[in-house]
Amino acid sequence: MSGRALRAWAWAAMVLVGLAAPYLVYPVFAMNVLCLALFASAFNLLLGYAGLLSFGHAAFLGSAAYVTGITLRTWGLPTELGVLAGTAVATLLGLVFGALAIRRSGIYFAMITLGFAQLVYFLVVQLPWTGGEDGLQGIPRGKALGVLALDGPITTYYFVYAAFLAGFWLIQRAIHSPFGHVLRAIRENEPRALSLGYDVARYKLLAFVLSAALSGLAGSLKAVVLQFASLSDVHWHRSGEVVLMTLLGGMGTVLGPSVGALLVVTLENYLADVGSWVTVITGAVFVACVLAFRRGIVGEVRALVRRSFIGGKP
Amino acid sequence: MQALFGQLLVGLINGSFYALLSLGLAIIFGLLNVVNFAHGAQYMMGAFAAWMAATYLGVGYFWALLLVPAAMGLVGVAVERLLLRRLYGLDNLYGLLLTFGLTLIAEGLFHQAYGNSGSTYPVPAALRGGVNLGFMYLPLYRAWVVVVSVVVCAASWFVIERTKLGAYLRAGTENPRLLQAFGVNVPLMFTLTYGFGVALAAFAGVMAAPVYQVTPLMGSSVIMVVFAVVVIGGMGSIAGSIFTGIGIGLVEGLTRYLYPEASSVVVFVVMALVLLVRPAGLFGRQR
Repeated sequence: MSGRALRAWAWAAMVLVGLAAPYLVYPVFAMNVLCLALFASAFNLLLGYAGLLSFGHAAFLGSAAYVTGITLRTWGLPTELGVLAGTAVATLLGLVFGALAIRRSGIYFAMITLGFAQLVYFLVVQLPWTGGEDGLQGIPRGKALGVLALDGPITTYYFVYAAFLAGFWLIQRAIHSPFGHVLRAIRENEPRALSLGYDVARYKLLAFVLSAALSGLAGSLKAVVLQFASLSDVHWHRSGEVVLMTLLGGMGTVLGPSVGALLVVTLENYLADVGSWVTVITGAVFVACVLAFRRGIVGEVRALVRRSFIGGKP
Repeated sequence: MQALFGQLLVGLINGSFYALLSLGLAIIFGLLNVVNFAHGAQYMMGAFAAWMAATYLGVGYFWALLLVPAAMGLVGVAVERLLLRRLYGLDNLYGLLLTFGLTLIAEGLFHQAYGNSGSTYPVPAALRGGVNLGFMYLPLYRAWVVVVSVVVCAASWFVIERTKLGAYLRAGTENPRLLQAFGVNVPLMFTLTYGFGVALAAFAGVMAAPVYQVTPLMGSSVIMVVFAVVVIGGMGSIAGSIFTGIGIGLVEGLTRYLYPEASSVVVFVVMALVLLVRPAGLFGRQR
């Protein structure tokens, strides 16, 4: 079986599972997984392919959630415009933060993005229209495209699923395009990419903005699904969580972040009543992944498949 | 006027802690090439250890100031030997992620045990009271914090820049393999350096216990600012990180006087401005 055929099968399986999901599990849970899977996939575009570790991606998810919340609740806009507004704000933030953060590389990049995310966090805490500690509650789901009333969970699910597929398709297009290959070249050897004539800073910025925009889309959808936006969406725990999803599922793999999101959301769901133990377990999984499991689940499976079917080097 | 000096003093105190913590971060990063995300958690554990020692064992402040950093230094040695050591030679983002995981574990455990609300650690009897300077009232403990921090920072600077041990450390920062070829036990040096950095964080934690509330989250709120301080100053120079730490504390204090709403974000705004003007940081070298 060739890699391409394998990928087609994986796609078909994913689409089918996605279509059937709201009948198999609680739809809100499935939607939450979709939102965070999109978030993690967008994050992975940056970490897995451009090699840039952002520790502040909650800023994009959270700000988009709040903007969508405000546009839907206070201004009463149609759902798709609210989602677009949230995505647009996250894109703009990504442009500003990205332009500053890519001036430094490596570990500083992580610290800078973390700093900007804290800036957004404190702004959200203090600004008058974000509801402070309470967050925004009771966001209406509204009507999408003027006809689709998103009051039932199944309708909402397919709306979110369509948006997820669009975002996910865009990400995997970017990964397999010449642009994606240049990103990998930059990750592997930045001076060399530069000497080959690629405008490294521009590629990095574009990857950052794309990642921020899709994280924003995920945040906007999340606000529509859960009908609230809260401080936890902009908190640094959220930024760490997306790193964990990507690492656990397999960074630099197309499906990995979604698998990671599914696992982490499931874990958090089951552990919701045990208080701070969630944090402890999350931390332990982090440590275990970093020490023993750096390829992640999908990365390990891919290596196994390659060894047994293709015979190439793992 | 009184209020301005009051805020500047608070800024100076905060700045002393930023300086102590960014110094430890810079030393660890310089040699091990690991960004120790757990630095904040280790600071928190230092404060908690002092509080626990006082509450359960009746250990006084000055003993805690000595014993807690020593104990936490041993914890650091164990962490380096058992965990961090496995990651050398990999991309340095793994070190950051590992210590991030350790931070979550530590914070989660303390949160589980002690909840969200803080505990108060009494100011030691010998350092109670204060002096009236005419233009402001100076609590004795606050003066002590500033003086001790400056002394510790200056001593660290002296050891690193002016002694033989410091010369080894600087050589290891430049080129650990060559240093090992000269017969220096570099792996041991890595272990001790990490232990020293952790001890420094714990020391700052004990010093901080009587000033701030001792809470499980006190570390992560301060470490975010310290990271920004490190970006602003650049980790290239020891003196640079000390000056930047104290400077940022003062800027925060001034902001709290002029426009209190902005005091928690001013450091990140300064970070953005520095990135615009001097991308390598005020004292840093671009690498």
